[in-house]
Amino acid sequence: MSKYKKVLAALAMGGFFTASAPAAQADDLTLCWAAWDPANALVELSKEFESQSGHKMNFEFVPWPNFADRMLNELNSGGKLCDLLIGDSQWIGGGAENGHYVKLNDFFDKEGISMNDFAPATVYAYSTWPKGTPNYYALPAMGDANGWFYRKDWFQRDDIKAAYKAATGQELGEPKTQKEMLQIAQFFQGREIDGKTVYGAAIFTERGSEGITMGVTSALYPWGFKYENTPGKYDMQGAVNSPEAVEALDFYKQFYKTATPPGYTNSYMGESLDAFKSGQVAMAMNWFAFFPGLYADPNTGGDKIDFFVNPPQNQAGSTLGGQGISVVSYSEKKDAALEYIKWFSQPSVQAKWWELGGYSAHNSVLNDPGFVKSQPFAGDFLEAMGAVQDFWQEPAYAELLLAMQKRVHDFVVADKGTAKEALDLLIEDWTEVFEDEGKL
Amino acid sequence: MERVASATPSPIAHSVRGLSDRAIAWVFVAPTIFLLLAINIFPLIWTIQLSFTNYKANRIGREVKNVGLRNYERILTDTDIWLNMQATAHFLFWTIALQVLIGFALAWLINKKFKGNDLWTTIIVLPMMLSPAVVGNFWKFLYQPQIGLFNYIISFFTGVEPSSFQMLGQVNLAPWSIVIVDTWMWTPFVMLICLAGLRSIPDYIYEAAEIDRASKWRQFWTITVPMVMPFLMLAVLFRGIENFKMFDLVVQLTGGGPGSTTELTSINLKREAFEKWRTGYASAYAIILFVTVFGLASIYVKALNKVKER
Repeated sequence: MSKYKKVLAALAMGGFFTASAPAAQADDLTLCWAAWDPANALVELSKEFESQSGHKMNFEFVPWPNFADRMLNELNSGGKLCDLLIGDSQWIGGGAENGHYVKLNDFFDKEGISMNDFAPATVYAYSTWPKGTPNYYALPAMGDANGWFYRKDWFQRDDIKAAYKAATGQELGEPKTQKEMLQIAQFFQGREIDGKTVYGAAIFTERGSEGITMGVTSALYPWGFKYENTPGKYDMQGAVNSPEAVEALDFYKQFYKTATPPGYTNSYMGESLDAFKSGQVAMAMNWFAFFPGLYADPNTGGDKIDFFVNPPQNQAGSTLGGQGISVVSYSEKKDAALEYIKWFSQPSVQAKWWELGGYSAHNSVLNDPGFVKSQPFAGDFLEAMGAVQDFWQEPAYAELLLAMQKRVHDFVVADKGTAKEALDLLIEDWTEVFEDEGKL
Repeated sequence: MERVASATPSPIAHSVRGLSDRAIAWVFVAPTIFLLLAINIFPLIWTIQLSFTNYKANRIGREVKNVGLRNYERILTDTDIWLNMQATAHFLFWTIALQVLIGFALAWLINKKFKGNDLWTTIIVLPMMLSPAVVGNFWKFLYQPQIGLFNYIISFFTGVEPSSFQMLGQVNLAPWSIVIVDTWMWTPFVMLICLAGLRSIPDYIYEAAEIDRASKWRQFWTITVPMVMPFLMLAVLFRGIENFKMFDLVVQLTGGGPGSTTELTSINLKREAFEKWRTGYASAYAIILFVTVFGLASIYVKALNKVKER
């Protein structure tokens, strides 16, 4: 080939590639989230976005125990790894005040995205800062709460039902109160079923990240626990250590001591799933996000499993999980990231999100007449989301969380002091944090 | 000489020829000094400066206030931190004591000539070649009350129910669980150092002792122990410094729990610095630990030098 022809061929090839490129700039977007079942569903869902927009989606999923550490370090260092972040609800205060998240109000107005289209509890918890104000830093992405599941096949067995009746004088069924749940768990503790020793329930006791706090609050909220006497005043004395809170914390310790498997001293989501799937426990607490996977499990799912919302005691109350999706302000591809949020907010995409195993917070999905019957846990999810309560969402949330992890683990697992002393010390720790923050 | 001079551009050759020996020495040493200043001295000075402030590395826009000695005062009067110090002291004392005793005993046995000596040495040193994270994870399984081998072995010898005790979950057992694992992992290291010491003792000293009819017991206490002592003390220094900053193994095993029973100072410091982001406070904490280790190590090194001089 002559030199002249080579140049012509190169020009022709260049022209071909230029002509076939999409009109808009295609970007490589990275979405960061925790590594768990719903993340896989999101990968599947996002394929539609890729084909529609031409952007390529990359995913950075971090296991839960390291998720907060990893992602908060990323944000604090102004890292550009994540363009989109599905961050925990408690991060919203820090994300907003420290400038990590892009404020989305103008974008929502421009694109006609209304927060009225999403469940109010999720908007409040996942999107707003300061709490409850119309300042949005995230779109509700994944509704979640701490719920329960149990071995329906065991609960329906005549011999077990008769034994329970003989032991307690009551019918065995889904517990209606926290205390009834403990009674059921104690009944199963150490019981022989099919030649195997089983235990009452798997609860959260993990020390390192957030585990035991999420577990303990699932008892505190139904007893009527409050973080402050007056919202926004940080007046914790008499609220955090109220007689109800003390009773609830004592209850959780009793649950841990009398109704959990041996060695269950540092357990969170993974351990709860393992304990249930291996047939060790009759009941287990975990996030609703795992329920589709549990229901699909070939050994302990299907007819063998059923679900219930965290039982009330003095009132209904569930620990809030779930996250909103935010655009990271350090991203160099904010426009493409906002494009993703716009696509994700569409009712049709939200419906598909629920179908794939994600928990949509969109009213069009939740209020659909068929929603409650669409999955065996859908009704419980709706009920739970109606009574959720979240941990502090302050910018200093990590300090507040670690203080609670220490105080409740010291009391529940390490037998240190009394429930009242643990909560008194917690108030001291939290007061110190709020003083440092200039809020007290 | 003529060829070298002609290969070097004349202005450079002239300038190099113009440097004194002292200047050339500085040229060679300067990169090291620069790195030392940049990597060690500057961060140290900066840490000292931060320790007097309320700085938080995750709150860039927040006003940084000078708080004087408040961080130091809070740390030194915090009972929880003193409990962490106690946990660290317990861990240090028992790991070093056990590793020195077992390590020396193993070295003494391995030093004897017997068949399969090399194979046994290789087997014994295997644990220290593993990653602490891996060791932590698999000991976690060994300690598992329902399926763990450790509990079954204890059960076999004592008759207690395997699931009746929890090495990692009980306040009275958890501190020992981390001591056992660290001892298992690092005794071979102490053994190797002791072995080097034992092999450095010339045979003629023992031969002279034999001629003088010194008993084996007397030979052990008057020849072996004094001559191995500098090596032993060196092993103690290495293990002491290493275990004072122990983190990975214990995090994998207990995460500092139950409660804060095994929360060593390094774990606590990491939580303050990189989870709570109390940078000023954590800097003061780090300085206190640094002074403690540096002070103890200095006293120890002086003692070591005295032993060497004897």
